[in-house]
Amino acid sequence: MADAALWLLSLLDSTIRLAAPLVLAALAGLYSERAGVIDIGLEGKMLAAAFAAAATAAVTGSAWLGLLAGIAASCLLAGVHGFACISQKGNQVVSGMAINTIALGLTAVLASAWFAMGGRTPSLEGAARFGEVTLPLAGTLSGVPVLGPIYADLISGHTLLVYVAVAMVPLTAWVVYRTRFGLRLRAVGENPAAVDTAGISVPALRYRAVLVTGVLCGIAGAYLSTAQGAAFQENMTAGKGFLALAALILGKWRPWPTLAACLLFAAADALQTRLQGVPVPGIGEVPVQLIEALPYIVTVVLLAGFVGRAVPPRALGLPYVKDR
Amino acid sequence: MTPSPPPDNPTQAAGAAYAVELVGIDKRFGPVHANKAVTLRFAPGSIHGLVGENGAGKSTLMSILYGFYQADSGEIRVRGEPVRIDGPEDAIRRGIGMVHQHFMLVETFTVLENLLLGAEGGALLKDGVAKARAEVEALERSFGLEVPLDSRVSDLSVGEQQRVEILKALYRGADVLILDEPTAVLSPPEVEQLFQILRRLRAEGRTVVLITHKLKEIMAVTDRVSVLRRGEVVAEFDTAATSEQALADAMVGRKAALAVTKGPANPGPVLLEAAGLSVVDARGVERLKKVGLRVRAGEIVGIAGVAGNGQSELLEALAGMVPVAAGDIRVKEAVFNAASPLDPGKARALGIAHVPEDRLRLALVKPFAALESAILGYHRDPALAKGPLLAWKRVAAKTAALMERFDVRPRDPALRSSLFSGGNQQKLVMAREMDREPDILLVGQPTRGVDIGAIAFIHEQLVALRDRGKAILLVSAELDEIMALSDRILVMCDGVITGDMPAAEADERTIGCLMAGIAQEAA
Amino acid sequence: MAGVAAGTGEEIPGWATALLMPALNVLLALAVSALVILAIGENPVEALRVMLVGALGSGGGIGYTLYYATSLIFTGLAVAIAFHGGLFNIGAEGQAYLGGLGVALVCLSLGGWPWYLALPVTIAAAALFGAAWAAIPGYLQAYRGSHVVITTIMFNFIASALMVYLLVNVLIAPGQMSPETREFDPSLFLPTMQEMLAAIGLEIAGSPLNLSFLLALAACALVWLLVWHTRWGFALRTVGANEDAARYGGIDPKRMIVVTMLLSGALAGLLGINEIQGVQHRLILNFPAGMGFTGIAVALMGRAHPAGIIPAAILFGVLIQGGSELAFEYPTISPDLVVVIQGVVILFAGALEHMFRPAIARMFRPARGRRVEVA
Repeated sequence: MADAALWLLSLLDSTIRLAAPLVLAALAGLYSERAGVIDIGLEGKMLAAAFAAAATAAVTGSAWLGLLAGIAASCLLAGVHGFACISQKGNQVVSGMAINTIALGLTAVLASAWFAMGGRTPSLEGAARFGEVTLPLAGTLSGVPVLGPIYADLISGHTLLVYVAVAMVPLTAWVVYRTRFGLRLRAVGENPAAVDTAGISVPALRYRAVLVTGVLCGIAGAYLSTAQGAAFQENMTAGKGFLALAALILGKWRPWPTLAACLLFAAADALQTRLQGVPVPGIGEVPVQLIEALPYIVTVVLLAGFVGRAVPPRALGLPYVKDR
Repeated sequence: MTPSPPPDNPTQAAGAAYAVELVGIDKRFGPVHANKAVTLRFAPGSIHGLVGENGAGKSTLMSILYGFYQADSGEIRVRGEPVRIDGPEDAIRRGIGMVHQHFMLVETFTVLENLLLGAEGGALLKDGVAKARAEVEALERSFGLEVPLDSRVSDLSVGEQQRVEILKALYRGADVLILDEPTAVLSPPEVEQLFQILRRLRAEGRTVVLITHKLKEIMAVTDRVSVLRRGEVVAEFDTAATSEQALADAMVGRKAALAVTKGPANPGPVLLEAAGLSVVDARGVERLKKVGLRVRAGEIVGIAGVAGNGQSELLEALAGMVPVAAGDIRVKEAVFNAASPLDPGKARALGIAHVPEDRLRLALVKPFAALESAILGYHRDPALAKGPLLAWKRVAAKTAALMERFDVRPRDPALRSSLFSGGNQQKLVMAREMDREPDILLVGQPTRGVDIGAIAFIHEQLVALRDRGKAILLVSAELDEIMALSDRILVMCDGVITGDMPAAEADERTIGCLMAGIAQEAA
Repeated sequence: MAGVAAGTGEEIPGWATALLMPALNVLLALAVSALVILAIGENPVEALRVMLVGALGSGGGIGYTLYYATSLIFTGLAVAIAFHGGLFNIGAEGQAYLGGLGVALVCLSLGGWPWYLALPVTIAAAALFGAAWAAIPGYLQAYRGSHVVITTIMFNFIASALMVYLLVNVLIAPGQMSPETREFDPSLFLPTMQEMLAAIGLEIAGSPLNLSFLLALAACALVWLLVWHTRWGFALRTVGANEDAARYGGIDPKRMIVVTMLLSGALAGLLGINEIQGVQHRLILNFPAGMGFTGIAVALMGRAHPAGIIPAAILFGVLIQGGSELAFEYPTISPDLVVVIQGVVILFAGALEHMFRPAIARMFRPARGRRVEVA
């Protein structure tokens, strides 16, 4: 019983750790896509940020400077995406693909050139890494049955960036549904002509959305290399950006359902390592790869419209051309 | 009833400021001269109608006033003061509001959210919401514009959506309200409701500019009316002192009859027949209402009508391009309907050729070489193939021959389709469709965007095809063209055929009335 | 997507579009790489020399270059044919992976057949498996409106998971640790170019370059015939450029979309012939090694035409082979530099393709005054 409880607690704990970057990246995608700009380049922006953060933290010894560098790198790529999609009215998918490819190559090249560790950056220690934050009274309360361990082990003891990710969900919901920026953001993704005739600049609005995407991807990337991990490794995002995109679609471009999808994917990931070689009662051994592929399969099924229907913002992927 | 000269408004008391003045507005889009030194003055507290055929320049003019386009020359004055309007934001600031023909609403938003967009009154929505709700409710009451504020726009009827658009403009403080073809999508009771609203706006001292091509509406609601034709103001009247007839005359104009030499028709058997044909568009609006017609071998049947009254749908339904909601299409002996639909492939196999109204959307593929566009729809013809391959040399030779016969310039089968002028593109399409001696030719706007020289040529070709015993159905927005070419004329208005007469018995006046839907008095 | 393959209204002579734009892309990509190499602290000119010598300076180098080009021709053609139908197939990687599975299954069950008898069967299997993997995204795009870009991305991940499962649990050779199948019967190995040329008395250096290269060239010819010289290709390009015009022309766009994806997947699947039957002689993990993605850059740079795809594939072959030589010579420069170049090419040849168009168009516009585009 106690064993099972501990097992569950540790499963949930890893779920939270694994969900944090997904949540940040998926919310990043939410801003861009709600504004009508497809972003399949979340992966690349995260990867670039992971590298910039780890490299800067390794050199300066400051996780905070690392975070800033990560955000800057991600925003730079977001700016390129914005230029291609908004100013040049280029193909948004191709642009995202280009950004993923550039980030994949450039981080590997720079990492091995600057640190000569075969594509890794040096291991981060101390202030160069985001440490775990112990919430007040965690120690005192840990003796309380049930709630104590939940508070001490599950809620307390994560890095600051996990709490940022958690806070970002209500914050995004608030921004999107309760602020002027959010109203305009949603409008420009549905009907840019309505925004234009209301006397609001469509490009300016979309650029702002794309930059918010850059900032959030930057935090997500920095989390991977300076909080969850302690160094950058080649292609360390390993598809997390696409998983985040899938979560965003599964969450129908809304903050809370997107969070739920991220948690689902993260739980599957956490479960997968724990289920390796362990037979599940009544089912037998579940192939790890099936659990791994599940998020993608679910996304395809949803996109096919067989289970509910994911209706994207109407103007998603369409450059705005003034036209009557 | 002679039209008065346009620029000055004699009924306006001297010294009284106009709400808006457009002075000498000139605008070109490449070779198209959309507005030619247009001068218009709108008096405050009045409803001013703007009528004209499609392409007369009404919408361009109003888009200039709303800042969507900038005039090449001319001046805009608001309450006597010259202003620059570089974008909609400037227009809104000057108190100009516009209700576009295609609503500029976010369908997933509530009405209130749509009203707030761009006029939020602060960084947080809650600051603006309460204020907006109170203000909008006051507006709703004073103008009779009831709309449920918390409903999603997508759940509203078209009439309600239009009221949201009007509210949007009023909430932004519009003093001058432009409505572009506002009744096109409304049912008759909704139209009456709209007019009530417009009258109340006038009573409150606001200025309304109503763009329409429906003369009945002009007569019903406006105080003053300006007629545009080919980018120019050709007449201006006080509504009380004019009639639909006079407006129709001004709108269509008296142009020199086109010189088409054609002998009498020699009609044969009916080749194409429609019975009870209905077409419903994507929005659920019935565009074609139980239309019946017959086209015989050896005759040209012309369909007159103001654009948007169902002619396009009729033509495309007969070509198998749009699905039929009800009714039958009979092509020679074969019958098609909703259960066994016609498609473009079948239509072609039965000897129907189709020159569509919008050649760039349908009939040509812009990046293709002319010779590729020249076989669109006929690419399965075994005569153009060499085993499994297309015989490009033969296609090129064939295209060169077509170009020669139809005088397409430049005579370069390898040139990209998009690089030909509009007239030459049209000749290429006509050549392709007429070359195979189709039994039935459906042709829409055959001379739109075509230079004068090519017009006569295209007309001759159509008459020659008729004389070879083929059936031709012609749709054109140019009444002259219909009059010059047709052996029989049908008139369409609002999805219904309102008139059917031998060309010999038709006169412009009667047709103009039928087009405007004022059949009772005239016919 | 039509914009990728089709031109816009700007008036640029065909040859300029075909030559100048790719040349400009190469220059930009090289400039960006030079900057990267400078940032690393090495000499770009020297690096370029090492790359070129490594890729083209020896028979072996050329062999490797062309071996990489072989795979890239297949995936480049796959992406290109989808472009012509207005589709962006990002799933060539997964389709190639499945194609390899098909080849391996056939080879494992045809042990002892001579390669020339097995080859038609393996080609059919590679194409069939690749096509099958593209079929679902194609169907969903045509009939359910699910965006083919997203579904093909998802299918890449699903393919990867599926292959790991199969290799770890099902196909792994008994008594072996690493997840790979047993080696095929040597009779099934495709002859290397060295062996083939030796048969006619020519001696070249050893390399993985094999018969598949000729197959790739044949595929180019077939695609060229199919897309530009058959009715089907005409219909394909019409759908890609203007779906309404296609309907007007009596073409069913939905059916075309499905068939196009099948063909695209089949072409990607053929990569398995080169890698699995030609070189590895067993099924291994991750053998497509990103060639499916590089195919996107190849297709964009080659302007989706076989005559452009062949040089673009060879160019990337040079970059890959030269890049690994460069990494060998300069431990500071990672072979991933090629990936950067690939990304820059996708950016400039794909997403920013219109950026230089006006400038080039101006260069070609004679002094007859500026013509205003009609709105």
